[in-house]
Amino acid sequence: MFDFPEIFALPLGEWINIAVDWLTVTLSSVFNIITIGIRTPLVYIERFLWWIPWWALILILAILAWKVARHWVATVTVIGLLFIGLIGLWDHTMTTLAIIVTAVFVSVLIGIPLGITAAKSDRFEQSIRPILDGMQTMPSFVYLIPAVFFFGLGKVPAVVATFIYAVPPSIRLTNLGIRQVAAETVEAGKAFGCTGAQLLFKIQLPLARPSIMAGVNQTIMMALAMVVIASMIGASGLGLEVLRGIERLDVGRGFLAGFAIVIVAIIIDRISQAFGRAGTTRK
Amino acid sequence: MADNNHKIRCQGLWKIFGPRPESIRDLIENGASKQEIREATGHVIAIRDVSFEVQDNEVFVVMGLSGSGKSTLVRCINRLIEPSSGSIFIEGANIGEMDEHDLRELRRHKLSMVFQHFGLLPHRSVIDNVTFGLEVRGDSKKERMENAQKALELVELSGWESSRIQELSGGMQQRVGLARALAIGSEILLMDEPFSALDPLIRRQMQEEFLNLRSKVKKTVVFITHDLLEALTLGDRIAIMRDGAIIQLGTPQEIVTMPADDYVREFVKDVPRGKVVPVSTIIEEPPLVTDGEKSVKATVEEMEKKGVDFAFIVNANGVCEGALALEDALAVKENGATKIGEVARREFPTISPDATLEQGLPLISEGDMPVAALDKGRRLVGIITRAALLKAVQSNGENSGAPKVTTHQG
Repeated sequence: MFDFPEIFALPLGEWINIAVDWLTVTLSSVFNIITIGIRTPLVYIERFLWWIPWWALILILAILAWKVARHWVATVTVIGLLFIGLIGLWDHTMTTLAIIVTAVFVSVLIGIPLGITAAKSDRFEQSIRPILDGMQTMPSFVYLIPAVFFFGLGKVPAVVATFIYAVPPSIRLTNLGIRQVAAETVEAGKAFGCTGAQLLFKIQLPLARPSIMAGVNQTIMMALAMVVIASMIGASGLGLEVLRGIERLDVGRGFLAGFAIVIVAIIIDRISQAFGRAGTTRK
Repeated sequence: MADNNHKIRCQGLWKIFGPRPESIRDLIENGASKQEIREATGHVIAIRDVSFEVQDNEVFVVMGLSGSGKSTLVRCINRLIEPSSGSIFIEGANIGEMDEHDLRELRRHKLSMVFQHFGLLPHRSVIDNVTFGLEVRGDSKKERMENAQKALELVELSGWESSRIQELSGGMQQRVGLARALAIGSEILLMDEPFSALDPLIRRQMQEEFLNLRSKVKKTVVFITHDLLEALTLGDRIAIMRDGAIIQLGTPQEIVTMPADDYVREFVKDVPRGKVVPVSTIIEEPPLVTDGEKSVKATVEEMEKKGVDFAFIVNANGVCEGALALEDALAVKENGATKIGEVARREFPTISPDATLEQGLPLISEGDMPVAALDKGRRLVGIITRAALLKAVQSNGENSGAPKVTTHQG
């Protein structure tokens, strides 16, 4: 009598399975289009990262860091990437980077317009807020499964899963940034005869830029956090190295791959944060 | 339907904030107060049946405390806020009937606005802020630069073109705001408490520069302020608002000398009348006016007969040429043969009838003669005596003719 009566238990899990099966068949063409849409940039980015000589990439990132961020970031970039090369994880890092760059690219491409829409419409903001909450709090393992059903194994479902996990901050902070632009400044734009697009591109987006870039920065960080999890559905790269380290109880291997992820995270974080600051307050 | 001289005409304007403005019509007609309506229905009456006209090249000041509806009113003029009912005409065109495109063109060419907290774009340089309105309406780069340079010159910010906004002080930022508004070359300027966010000293300086600017460029200005002194200093006419309605509309002098009710009276109580009231209100007929050909002897006799110690010499055209003091005349020995034109002072205190009482004070205290009020052609209009001036400065509303009203409950 202390147990919940089993006959009342709803077979909800069953229903979800049925729904997913149905979706897989019915919407297969949609999923095919999405797959192509993700795979195309992914392939090009990956090819580029494999094609570019290691020293050239280090040089480019170091110059970028030197230009936009504090100078020590450039130093960390050089030392960190050299270290990754020395421990033999360069190729894995490039694979991981390709997945992250693609996922962030898709997230920004979809997240910022959604954020703008949310800033312009209270109703839209209210309706997406619970969805965003759900996307962020749902354990990320859970949507690995439908991702596999819809997109198969490999890097494409990894990008999709990473996108779902990482896109909310881009939407939220774009929305917030635009809403926080001083009312008087927006009024000034209108008073001088701005069209809606002029208002957006000349006033709202530039002034919301620090906030939007903070959102993109968070998106990048969350995408990095998904790397290991995504490796469970066949995404190669540093995540897979960590996973193999765990499977084979090879602490050294797992630790080195994990360390490489941290290095990549620090470099991308500092450079992308600096992009948010640039133009508003110069150091 | 609009007279040519009216730049802006506002007729029966209402603005009610709330979900269903029409629903409270009955309450309003039954005379419910703003407070009662807000508590009963949640609707806020921001503007209550406001009508006024702004003439070409006039500075029309709207004065009121916070919550009086003045900022809402100015935003109705360019439809940043949509009025609930009533109409506004700009140069005869009803802006309430304009579609989005026409409204945008109106804002781009005919109206410009200056904001309390400047509303500048911190990600742009000074010059790029000033060109903003021109850029938005699609002017060529060359036109933009020319107009922006001119506007920056007018506000005395030449040389700051490439500075960043954050590097400027508040006063300078508002000059950029003003330059941005001037650059589009509109004839109408809407200024929403433009100097309220500035330090008192800077505010005074900006007010002076505003007056200075007005003498250089022709603009019709609607100026919002909560500072009565600012209103009196800058305004050609002043509308005083309370609870969304205009309770008095008049020249600074009318506001100070004839307050419409206790609310306005309370406001103007502490205003130094000397700053506002012109000397023309206390002008007196000159007791002795003569021409320069008369002999000193004859004039002295005339002065003694009238019991005055001065005379003004006016030629056939009415132009005042000199002033004769009795003591100077008595000092002349050959007084039968000397013409008064020869002994009269060429330098004597004069004032324009439009000058304020305060401006008259130093003249009075210096000389031993009344001050001559001369019009632009130096024709003698009348004299200002020391006694009349001192009395007017000190009276502070007591001689306004308006009966002192005391209110009792009920």
